[in-house]
Order: sequence, then structure tokens, then C-alpha cells
Amino acid sequence: MSQVDTTEAQREIPGILTGLAATAKRDLLLAWKRPGDVLNPLFFFAMVCTLFPLAVGPSAEQLELSGPGVLWVAALLSTLLSLNSLFLSDYEDGSLDQLLVSPQPLPVLVLGKTLAHWMTSGLPLVFVSPILAITYSMPMSVVGVMMLTLALGTISLSLLGSIGAALTVGLHRGTALLSLLILPLAMPVMLLGANAVALAANNDVYTTGIWALAAYAIGSLSLAPYATAAALRISNE
Amino acid sequence: MWKWFHKLASPPHFYRISAILSPWLLVPGLILIGYGVYAGLFLAPMDYQQGDAFRIIYVHVPSAYLSMMAYMIMASAGAIGLIWRIKLSHAVAAAAAPLGAAFTFLALCTGSIWGRPMWGTWWEWGDPRLTSELILLFLYFGYMALRSAIDDTPKADKASAVLALVGIVNVVIVHFSVEWWSSLHQGQTVFKKGTMSADMRIPLFAMLIGFTLLFGSLLLRRIRTEVLYRERRTKWVKEMILSPEGGA
Repeated sequence: MSQVDTTEAQREIPGILTGLAATAKRDLLLAWKRPGDVLNPLFFFAMVCTLFPLAVGPSAEQLELSGPGVLWVAALLSTLLSLNSLFLSDYEDGSLDQLLVSPQPLPVLVLGKTLAHWMTSGLPLVFVSPILAITYSMPMSVVGVMMLTLALGTISLSLLGSIGAALTVGLHRGTALLSLLILPLAMPVMLLGANAVALAANNDVYTTGIWALAAYAIGSLSLAPYATAAALRISNE
Repeated sequence: MWKWFHKLASPPHFYRISAILSPWLLVPGLILIGYGVYAGLFLAPMDYQQGDAFRIIYVHVPSAYLSMMAYMIMASAGAIGLIWRIKLSHAVAAAAAPLGAAFTFLALCTGSIWGRPMWGTWWEWGDPRLTSELILLFLYFGYMALRSAIDDTPKADKASAVLALVGIVNVVIVHFSVEWWSSLHQGQTVFKKGTMSADMRIPLFAMLIGFTLLFGSLLLRRIRTEVLYRERRTKWVKEMILSPEGGA
């Protein structure tokens, strides 16, 4: 018995931040090796933004009015598209079980995975969105606000989405169910983001929306990983 | 007290108690609703602004209140089930969800019918309560969809409890974000009136209490069937069905 204890003590368990960084790094590397997983949601985002002017007509005033909303809805949908695969490949090849039995706290590991997901889905959206915003004749000053709202908002979307992805991992009809679970929860983020941009376009005070988005991001950063970890444990019993 | 509580949490005991309790909620509930409907439609005076159209509040307000109440019951029952691992509590959550969705739907329909003469439209996106209520309906749908997608009952119980708890935090945020959003659009002045007169208010109270009692009775009935289904392979269910009373 005492022998076991000494070996346990001798085997150094890496710190929490090391675990966080390692999980995030692994997922980033996986994304780098499979660029399609990152690019497809981006193309989807661009496609949705292209469909709207074709559907509602090319008038510049109308596009200027609907631009913020369209971009935000497209961003929300494309984040949803990539969420399904957040835990799926880990579930299929068994590395999820390794995460569950690892001595590291599960919420931290989950946070690492979610941050990697944000870097490969939310962050690219932030940088692609100006190109599309210009086609909606959005002024440059507003484009900056939009990038800020998208950066803050997609953090919350990734974190909220990770809860849904954890709840539906391993279910057959996962994708449609995931959208049904996440869309009502994600609604406030989209509403705050799109309206802050719309207010900025009107030369109105938009900072309330930015602060609210930042608060939402901080709140979900601190709470969502626990819910996701609990959901993962339940789904993998 | 605690002993009584623990005893209640055992399915066979609950099944017996609820059979006695259910009609005691149902009958007063129906009487109060009957009075409320009559008093609300015939005795209460016409509203000086809204005319007869205001009378829909006697259905609308109780349904809207129960739609949120049911969510609270569903989420807290789920939390109790997660924390103390009480099986009955998960049955309560499972039974509350469709009822809550039904009342939410009723609240939305009556709100929409009320909106037609008042605002001139069936649906007003600018009103924060309509939008939050719609999101609540979607939350119920998501909850029920998750439950039905997981075949293993204990797993479905726990997963949906997590979802309900995440949703409860979100209901608050949805409410405030929609309120902030709609304050940019327009204010609702239709509702800003003085206190209601007593002959309008008393039927409303009767309806509120009556709806709550009816809801309680329906919930008990749903929990009973849920318990029976979940315990279908146990001895007590078999004994009860084979007993001379036939499990009435």
C-alpha cells in the first residue's frame, strides 16, 4: 500500500495551466491537420451572407439596414455547424474517456478544448466578416464595432455550444437536436451583438451592448465549463 | 418532518398519497375556474380603454404565470434529482415539461388574440414579453427533444436536468436582453394603467388560484403515470395490479 503511495507521489502531475494548454494545443494541431473542418463553416458563413442580398434584393439602403443582423445570424449558424464535431471525434476514438479519467480537473480540460474551438471557428469569422460587411456597404467605423461584438459574442457561443455538444455527444440524431438546444440559449448573444452594431451604424450609443456581451462572455467563461464537464460525465456513464 | 418527506419520495407511497390528493386539487380548482369564467365574462365591468377585449386576461395571465412556474418546478425537481439522487424528483421534472409547454402555448395564443384588437397585429416583435415567452416555448421543446432522444432513462433524466438548469440562468438573461432591445424600439403604453378595480381583480385571483390547483392536479396525474411506467418492472406495481382492487 505504501509503495503505491510513493509511486503516486513521485509521478508528478502537471499543473492546471499545463493541462489547459496541452488540450488546447492538441485540438489546434488537429484542426491544422484537417483544414476542411475550419474552412467549411467559414464558406458556409460567406454563402449565407451571399444568399440574403439575392433573396431580398440588391438595394443598398435595405442591405445597410439588414447587414448587422444578417452577419450575426450567419455567424451564429456557422458556429452551430462546427459545434457538432467538438467532442465527436474524441468520443469515437476513445480519447474522451482519457480526458474523463485524467487527474486534471475536467472543467479546465473542457475549457481548453472550447478555447481551441473558438480559435478555429469564432476567431476566423471575426477576420472574414469585414470583407462581407463591406459588400453590405457598412462604414469602416462600424466594421470595427462589428468585429469586437463578434469576437466577444463567439466566445459565449462556443462555451454555450460546448454544453449542448456535451449533452448530445454519442446520440444518433445529434445535429438537429443540438441546434434545438442551443439556439434559444444563444439568442441573447445574437440580439446584443446585432443591435450594438445596428446602433453604431445609426451613430447611437452602442457601448451598453458591448459591455453586456463582455459580461456574458465572462459569465459563460466561468460557469459553462462546469456544466459541460457535468454533461460529459452524464453522457459517458 | 424529514421522515415524512423521505417516505413521500418512495414511489409506492407517493402513488397512494397522490391518488387521495389529486381530486382535492381538481374539484376546488374547477369550481374556482367556473366562478372566474362567469365573473370575468359577465360580472366584471368593461375596461374604459380596451372594452370587452381585456377579458382575455382571465385566461392569459394565469397561463403565462404557470408557464414560468412549470419551468421553475421542472428545473428545481431536476436539480433535486441530480444532487440528492431522488428518482421521484426526475419523474416530476419529466411530467412537468409537457404541461409547461402547453401553458406557454396557451399564453402565446391568448396574447396573440389579445394583441389583434389592441395593437392591430397578431404578433408584435417589439414586445419583450411575447419574445421571451416564445423563447421559453423553444426551451421546453429542446428539453423534451433531449429527453426523447436518450433511450436510457436515468441518463435522460440527468442530461435534461443539466439543460433545464442552464436554461434557467438563460431565461433571466433572455428577459433582460429583450427588454433592453425593445426599449430601443418603442414603449408599451397600453399596459400602463392604474390599479384594477376590485370587481375586475377578484375574478382574476380566482382564475389564478383555480389554474394553479388545476395544474397541480394535472401534474400529479402525469407524475402518477410516469411513476407507473418507470416502475413497471417492480414488485409493488405487479402486486397492485394483481390485487383485488386492480390498482385503482
